[in-house]
Amino acid sequence: MAHITLPEGLPGIRGPMAFRPETAKPLNALVEVLLRDDNTLTRGERELIATYVSYLNDCFFCQNAHGGIAQHYLACDINYIDKVKADYQSTDLSDKLKSLLSIAASVQKGGKHVTTEQIEKAKSLGATDHEIHDTVLIAAAFCMYNRYVDGLGTWAPQDRNIYIERGPRRAAEGYINFDLYK
Amino acid sequence: MPHISIPEGLPGIIGPLSLRPDVASPLSELCEVLMRGENSLSRGERELIATYVSSLNDCFFCQNAHGGLAQHYLQCDMNYIDQITTDYSSTRLSDKMKALLRIATSVQKGGKHVTTEQVEKAKSLGATDIEIHDTVLIAAAFCMFNRYVDGLDTWAPTDRQFYIGRAKQRAEEGYRLSRTAHEK
Repeated sequence: MAHITLPEGLPGIRGPMAFRPETAKPLNALVEVLLRDDNTLTRGERELIATYVSYLNDCFFCQNAHGGIAQHYLACDINYIDKVKADYQSTDLSDKLKSLLSIAASVQKGGKHVTTEQIEKAKSLGATDHEIHDTVLIAAAFCMYNRYVDGLGTWAPQDRNIYIERGPRRAAEGYINFDLYK
Repeated sequence: MPHISIPEGLPGIIGPLSLRPDVASPLSELCEVLMRGENSLSRGERELIATYVSSLNDCFFCQNAHGGLAQHYLQCDMNYIDQITTDYSSTRLSDKMKALLRIATSVQKGGKHVTTEQVEKAKSLGATDIEIHDTVLIAAAFCMFNRYVDGLDTWAPTDRQFYIGRAKQRAEEGYRLSRTAHEK
């Protein structure tokens, strides 16, 4: 049971968003800009960063909701997403994306864990300042969303297939103009 | 030196926000709603939660910028803010506020650290669902802001008087970016 009385039947972040529309608005606007706006990082790559950080924070809802969207964009299956989470270094992701995931992992521990070496490595592999900025902020933002979802003890469906099935629709509708109840 | 090219002389979060109006807009709006919107928690109490979490995350810029605002709203001095960040349970803060700071401490560690006992304690001392929601979200949001500021290795003035000196103006103008960051 959630720590506070939330509208029933809404999974994960949707409960507190329906409970407090004033804060839902900027929270959704932020994720829309970070994960869907024009960017040299693809939507799939950005969803993967969000999924990976949510996995490091052990947030079941976020890692599955965004993992479902990531596998849709990347046209892979959820096993591949699980491999990325467990050990991205051993996957066929680009070296640049691996260097960005390394930065995201440091941000998850705390901002000061990001080292000059990690940044130089990413830059040497072609990462732009814009991409590094967005990686840091996506990772930081999911340290917020994950804590929000779990800190209120929200409910989430345990069947991972639900998230996979919803991936394409979530990808199509985006984070701003959607019905919290659908 | 910051990890990416940021205009010089802009302290803390102001630097990256000046580069990126697209993210500055929702980030400032979130801060405005959480810290200054209508609320049964005073602005001073909310700034205190932000300051405390920023101190736990060891973010110099955020803990001083928001600590400065907290001491302005609460009409206390910086020593009192420092006492709170060092050991809030020994201060004269209300028991309800202490219970909310306890929840914020758990959120800083990770969402799952918040316990039913902590929440029940806060409720028994008069905290409402909205106040508990906002405490959790303020603590979570500062886990983001702190990581953003330090993850890019932004510059911040080390003289703490700088933050105290500009608190009154910052309190008056709020967080919405009504003027360009360069003017601040």
